[in-house]
Amino acid sequence: MRDQGLYCPQGGFFIDPVVPVERAVITHAHGDHCRPGHRAILATPETGLIAQARYGAEAFGRVEGLPYGMAQAVGGVTVRFAPAGHVLGSAQVVIERAGVRAVVSGDYTRGVNPTCTPFELVPCDLFVTEATFGLPVFDHPSLEGEIAKLLASVAAFPERCHVVGVYALGKAQRILAGLRAAGYDRTVFIHGALERLCDLYEELGVPLGPRAPATTARKDFAGEIVLAPPGALQDRWSRRLGDVLPVGASGWMQVRARARQRRVELPLIISDHCDWEGLTRTITETGARTVWVTHGAEEALCHWCATQGIDAAPLALAGRGEDGDGD
Amino acid sequence: MTPFAHLLETLAFTPGRNAKLAHLQHFFAQTPDPDRGWALAALAGTLDLPHVTSSVIRALVEERVDPVLFRLSYDYVGDLAETVALLWPGKGNGTPPTLDEVVGSLRMAGRTDRAAVLAQLLERLDGSGRYALIKLCTGGMRVGVSTRLVQTALAGPDHPLEDITEMWFGLEPPYLPLFAWLDGGARPDLDLSLAFRPVMLATPLDEARLADMVPAQFVAEWKWDGIRVQAVATPEGRRLYTRTGEDISAAFPDVIDRMDWHACLDGELLVRAGADVAPFADLQKRLNRKRVTAKMMAERPAMIRVYDILEEDGEDLRPLPLETRQARLAAWVGRVRPGGVDLSAPIAFDDWAELSALRAGARDDALEGLMLKRRDAPYVAGRPVGPWFKWKRDPLEADCVLMYAQRGHGKRSSYYSDYTFGAWVDGPEGRRLLPVGKAYSGFTDEELVRLDKWVRANFTERFGPVRGVRPGLVLEVVFDAVQASPRHKSGLAMRFPRIRRIRWDKPIEEAATVADIRALI
Repeated sequence: MRDQGLYCPQGGFFIDPVVPVERAVITHAHGDHCRPGHRAILATPETGLIAQARYGAEAFGRVEGLPYGMAQAVGGVTVRFAPAGHVLGSAQVVIERAGVRAVVSGDYTRGVNPTCTPFELVPCDLFVTEATFGLPVFDHPSLEGEIAKLLASVAAFPERCHVVGVYALGKAQRILAGLRAAGYDRTVFIHGALERLCDLYEELGVPLGPRAPATTARKDFAGEIVLAPPGALQDRWSRRLGDVLPVGASGWMQVRARARQRRVELPLIISDHCDWEGLTRTITETGARTVWVTHGAEEALCHWCATQGIDAAPLALAGRGEDGDGD
Repeated sequence: MTPFAHLLETLAFTPGRNAKLAHLQHFFAQTPDPDRGWALAALAGTLDLPHVTSSVIRALVEERVDPVLFRLSYDYVGDLAETVALLWPGKGNGTPPTLDEVVGSLRMAGRTDRAAVLAQLLERLDGSGRYALIKLCTGGMRVGVSTRLVQTALAGPDHPLEDITEMWFGLEPPYLPLFAWLDGGARPDLDLSLAFRPVMLATPLDEARLADMVPAQFVAEWKWDGIRVQAVATPEGRRLYTRTGEDISAAFPDVIDRMDWHACLDGELLVRAGADVAPFADLQKRLNRKRVTAKMMAERPAMIRVYDILEEDGEDLRPLPLETRQARLAAWVGRVRPGGVDLSAPIAFDDWAELSALRAGARDDALEGLMLKRRDAPYVAGRPVGPWFKWKRDPLEADCVLMYAQRGHGKRSSYYSDYTFGAWVDGPEGRRLLPVGKAYSGFTDEELVRLDKWVRANFTERFGPVRGVRPGLVLEVVFDAVQASPRHKSGLAMRFPRIRRIRWDKPIEEAATVADIRALI
């Protein structure tokens, strides 16, 4: 660990550093993992494209794309990416040297995510895991069931406009894909901040169905589904939409007080992270004897590892709040 | 149990009153007896289940879940029922129990096997069912539903709310005769002698109307700053109700114990401090308590100052004119000499100017103002305009500085409409502001738009949903009273603060000091 973030001395690179560095390996393009300004980044091709779409082509000195499964020597180690299932392009970083394998998983989910390649389990000696939802109270239900709740509410309150608070990368597209999988083929209206990444997802081969900007002159949004960043949902932006029914879509929605703090009327538990069962199952299945736990509820997960005879230690990473844009 | 659990979940996330009503109506229409009756009781707070302590529940979960993980989870979630509901292993095995089965088995269980019975029920429920069950056992649904709101959900054109509130206390969970009547059956045959009688309410006096009102037609009384109560006693029992029909007998045994008469009285519940009436804050300390200690009753003895009589020895006096009722009341008090009850004497006056002067001169904290009641008016439920007026004292006022703002609810949810304001204090580093109150009302929709804009342009820090604003706007705040309060940093608590005017023009340096406001106590 260095101040800038997690560092691999044999390879001479940082993984998801929080400040600009010479050489960074990036797990995925969420803002708390991928900051602009690095001299060189190594990421999956999708992550590279998304990062450049968010920060501009000039944000990084050099962007090197490495597809899932392809190995590359970096300094004294071999690096490859394995799918993490979190957002499009998200990867676990597999680092090997002299028969020892470490996996830095970034953010990941074992749940169904129709917008990206599913999580791949990589057995390893050292596993670095997130713990965003690292408490046994988190038990994420199926995407299908939560989308069904949303559609049931739209049917029950046709006079209201359902506005779902979503982040621009990952959550917006996952909900669109979930709606399409449930047979909802109407136009979904989206906030301007979501347009670019939705278009990019489609260019990268993830169909999201008919969309239109929610900023048209259209007056009546009753009965429609609108996607907007959580900030806009609670703010002046949503006034034009008429009788808004605020919908939350995040793993935090499992806890009532959290959902109510965010003033949502329909909480959907849709998370792009692992729930407790997913975290503990993954740790067990990797066979790792050493586990490092990054952002989230490290204490509980480390405690659980100890009860299983696994060495575990928390890694305090600065700049990864629980309200990071990937929840 | 499952439909009830879903109802609770939905209600918890539904801020609007009308939407809550719609959910309740849907539930009562869809759910069979007796489950809907038990649910009604649970929401109205009339369901009497053996209490299960939180330590019992905690022990149950610690048998199943690592205690360290339980503690960390509880710290995070902050609510025992929710933590247990989420942590309990399994997603519900077998058929979930009905609400009727839950009530039945908890009531049958003895002290020793209650925990085991609860555990078996929890096993059969999913997360939201477990949450509902634990809330039933520990009390307190916290879904923002009052007794009155559930009753309103039951009412309809053929089943007026007044009828439901009137028969409420003759009914018991699971309310089978009530639902039979609501479904088109016969009206429940009840002994309503101990029931709450829907109260008669006053409208605020528009002083311009005084010119058209004949002084001789009205009785004037002081409006005491307590809570309006209805005290009913018959040989069968004794009850003390608030003006919404809530039974608060349990909180005031000192009053109930002395109600050894047969009548229904209307008056103000007050707390005494020696020979005087104590401030409202003292009464507040005795409200909402399930158990009352002898010490509390000695320090803050309660009494009723009566001004109307609705029934005497089984005779309904409500159709009689006020003048007759009050004569009967005075005679009754003189004859019965009821303990803990005294008479709110009418005020003699000849004209409005004289009465107005009396009102302006009243300095007693226990007085909220005056009541004017027509001598010839019968006692009717509701808030008819004309027979009863309240003529409140002019509110107190202070110019305060806006300090924090928070977004409102419902249609105000995108507007910063809840305002915390402060007053000046001198400190070692010069003058600074301390919060003295919070207000949500008193401004027009147009003013709200302008306030919202001002708040957004002056954001400073963020404290969760609350935003700090740069001191720069003076609000003219009015309030009915101000009390000393050790819980607040300023040492003050205002009653019913609201915004009278927004002083866009006034420099903040000219706003009030905490000392100015304290002087109004």
